[in-house]
Amino acid sequence: MTTNPTRTINPTRRAFVTGSAAAAAGLVLGFTVPLGRGGGAALAGAGHTDEITAWVVVRPDETVIIRIARSEMGQGTLTGLAQLVAEELACDWSKVATEYVPPSRNLTRGGAWKSFQTTGSRGIRGSHDYVREGGAAAREMLIAAAARAWGVPAGECRADKGVITHGPSGKTTTFGKVCAAAAGLPVPDKVALKNPKDWTIAGKPLKRLDTADKLTGKQVYGIDVRLPGMLNAAIRQYPLFGARLRSFDAAKALAMPGVRKVVKVGDDAVAVVADTWWQAKTALEAVDVVWDEGPHGRIDGADIAAMVDEGLDAKDAFVGNKAGDAAGAIAASVKQVQATYSYPFQHHATMEPMNATALWTPERCEVWCPTQSAEDALAAAAFAAGLTPDRCEIHRMHLGGGFGRRGAGPIHDYVHQAVRIAREMPGTPVKLLWTREEDMTHGAYHPVTQCRLTAGIDDQGGITGLRVRISGQSILAGIMPGRLAGGMDPVVFQCLAPKGDHAIAYSFPNLLVDHAMRNPHLRPGFWRGVNANQNAIYLECFMDELAHAAGQDPLAFRLKYMKDHPKSRAVLQAVADKAGWGRPAAKGVHRGLAQCKAFASYVAACAEVSVSDGGVVKIHRIVAATDSGHAVNPQQIEAQVEGSFVYGLSAMLMGECTVKDGRVEQRNFDTYEVMRIKDMPRVETMVMPSGGFWGGVGEPTIAVAAPAVLNAIFAATGKRVRDFPLKHSGLRLA
Amino acid sequence: MAKINVNGRTVTVDADGATPLLWVLRENLDLTGTKYGCGIAACGACTVHVNGAAVRSCALPLEAVAETDRIVTIEGLSRDGSHPVQRAWMDLDVPQCGYCQAGMIMAAAALLARTPRPTDADIDAEISNICRCGTYQRVRAGIHRAAGGKA
Repeated sequence: MTTNPTRTINPTRRAFVTGSAAAAAGLVLGFTVPLGRGGGAALAGAGHTDEITAWVVVRPDETVIIRIARSEMGQGTLTGLAQLVAEELACDWSKVATEYVPPSRNLTRGGAWKSFQTTGSRGIRGSHDYVREGGAAAREMLIAAAARAWGVPAGECRADKGVITHGPSGKTTTFGKVCAAAAGLPVPDKVALKNPKDWTIAGKPLKRLDTADKLTGKQVYGIDVRLPGMLNAAIRQYPLFGARLRSFDAAKALAMPGVRKVVKVGDDAVAVVADTWWQAKTALEAVDVVWDEGPHGRIDGADIAAMVDEGLDAKDAFVGNKAGDAAGAIAASVKQVQATYSYPFQHHATMEPMNATALWTPERCEVWCPTQSAEDALAAAAFAAGLTPDRCEIHRMHLGGGFGRRGAGPIHDYVHQAVRIAREMPGTPVKLLWTREEDMTHGAYHPVTQCRLTAGIDDQGGITGLRVRISGQSILAGIMPGRLAGGMDPVVFQCLAPKGDHAIAYSFPNLLVDHAMRNPHLRPGFWRGVNANQNAIYLECFMDELAHAAGQDPLAFRLKYMKDHPKSRAVLQAVADKAGWGRPAAKGVHRGLAQCKAFASYVAACAEVSVSDGGVVKIHRIVAATDSGHAVNPQQIEAQVEGSFVYGLSAMLMGECTVKDGRVEQRNFDTYEVMRIKDMPRVETMVMPSGGFWGGVGEPTIAVAAPAVLNAIFAATGKRVRDFPLKHSGLRLA
Repeated sequence: MAKINVNGRTVTVDADGATPLLWVLRENLDLTGTKYGCGIAACGACTVHVNGAAVRSCALPLEAVAETDRIVTIEGLSRDGSHPVQRAWMDLDVPQCGYCQAGMIMAAAALLARTPRPTDADIDAEISNICRCGTYQRVRAGIHRAAGGKA
């Protein structure tokens, strides 16, 4: 139950912790906005005297409020982070509630909560140390307060489940009884963290903290925000990237029921503001708009494909990984194998379309929105508001899906627009909601790439050298060019990098991986799994091709090159063993393998697939393994692995955004198809934490989903699919 | 003005007859548990019960709803989250982001009302709601659990 302290009128602490008051009152958020008194400085002080550390608030009634900086979008980070803090705090888990920290408070408190970025599977792996320290420090302070009251050495006291015990005397007290005294003590500089082997809250398959309200309709998402006097806005944006608004005629719309205003939004969109969103959307359809198409109105998918295809042979490319002399070794080999793969644009398709609610006055701006990056949302709001960030506030709502669409700063377009519209109506809150069609055609798309892989094979069937040429779009070049390194986009090389979170999980004596950057006009974005998705398809399917070219077992063939990658080997061997690799599958069922290292975790999958004579693919079962180092909530890791197969296989089987006349053609779920329950294979997940490191969970498995199934399809049909989605290959789901 | 029966109460709604029931629920009646996902009855996030059957409310105009039709939304499925589907969902931690789950739960409840012990094939045939987080495995297990099976 996460709530936002500025959302409720004069709340008692408990009321806003549970958030139940507003929910019970018929789902109307009957709160006023604390204009003029809710600034960052005020938030940092008033009402927070019960704070023990930045991460922990303890109330006299024993409630423990754990502050959360990262955003919950389904991945379970809220519960996992709370488990880590609660573990060190040694509190009673049943007394734990959570609250989001507003980003403006992070500014006024000198970055006390560090990063809010909820991207790159970083929620836990990027903050586990300091959130645990926040919990441990609070525990030490609570113990110190009790020890001081008793006049005993703190070293003789310990805490467990919110109870502090003085060992020698057996005296006890509770966190709630000493919280006020503890809040006044200095925060210790250094605290020892528990050995994960001794965890009792973290590492356990606890239930999520945010489930109950999601079952009853009480959970308030951004789309559900309701403020007193609020109006609603619908928007029509540029029909293609690069187009601009030339003119519009709002006369008809202005005469329609409920319409208050028709607003030009920047130079590329028009919005109608009305009493209800349905009225706004209906009236917007009556607005005649003339667009300047810009330079991209004649571009079709074939043009983009040709542009990317050209890069496969281009002379110049950014080198991402190099060992030995790949070209020389391949040329000198008795056999060469080559294959070219391609991967299309994908849309995030969060179930909750983009939305934000903004309230603007010349002095202050507040925004209620789903965001994976609250500090970026704050910056977008401040920029659009024409105010400094300390005069703005972001009230975070749980996300109805994120997947990267609500991540990086420059793609907080929906926040920017909401504030621009609200500026036209000072003092009146306005909720902007995109239609699904606007959402689908104004995405931050999974980049389009192709890949040509060439290998030399020796007379023993071994790989002498491997050459991987990626051609295509750079996410950084498209939306964060400042992060390019000498023009190169290092993110392009996920799963193929020489070292780090996305290191290639094979050792080849001669290797060259490079990237010819070709950037079409569609805006790219970080799409759950990012470039690991297609890179793992490229590498893992090609490894399978090489195994077959060498006449060797795909498992044994891979393992030969994984001697220096024991953790990768362990997960691959585990899925093979559990799936029964090497033993016959059921009649007509065939298996395929894939593994990779992504987001610092080691993952592998074995898929069991059958393909009918008519090309109907049935995915029967997938065995998956994840070594994320530490496993903070194993059952939630399982949930992420299960979901990753849906996301990854939806893309591989049917996902594709095509371009005609510069425009994205898919407009809704009737043309942008995704998996449904009938398509869902049985997923068996092995959570294999080997300790000593912290890996991500929400994304890595997506990378192995597609290649495991593709390799099984090859085993079943003898046919290699190298163009996606699969529906182009005459194969389809039942 | 139209009269409709929602969650056991007859209410008067001031909305154009072409307004989809979804937006009447969300904007006129403040029942925001029912979600907008696509507007074309393709995703199921807006699923409610009309006379016990699962209906996608984003494509049902207000004027097509009779006063005698009994509409039930997620808020009216049970008083306290105790419907067998809600309990099963709680036991299995089904939701991730949760946005599609109101529609998913309503679809599952309608299926179980008609087919108390559904097979996997029944589920495949009847549940076509989209969940982008990919909770399908737990949704299936949840339906079997709510039906009294062991999942």
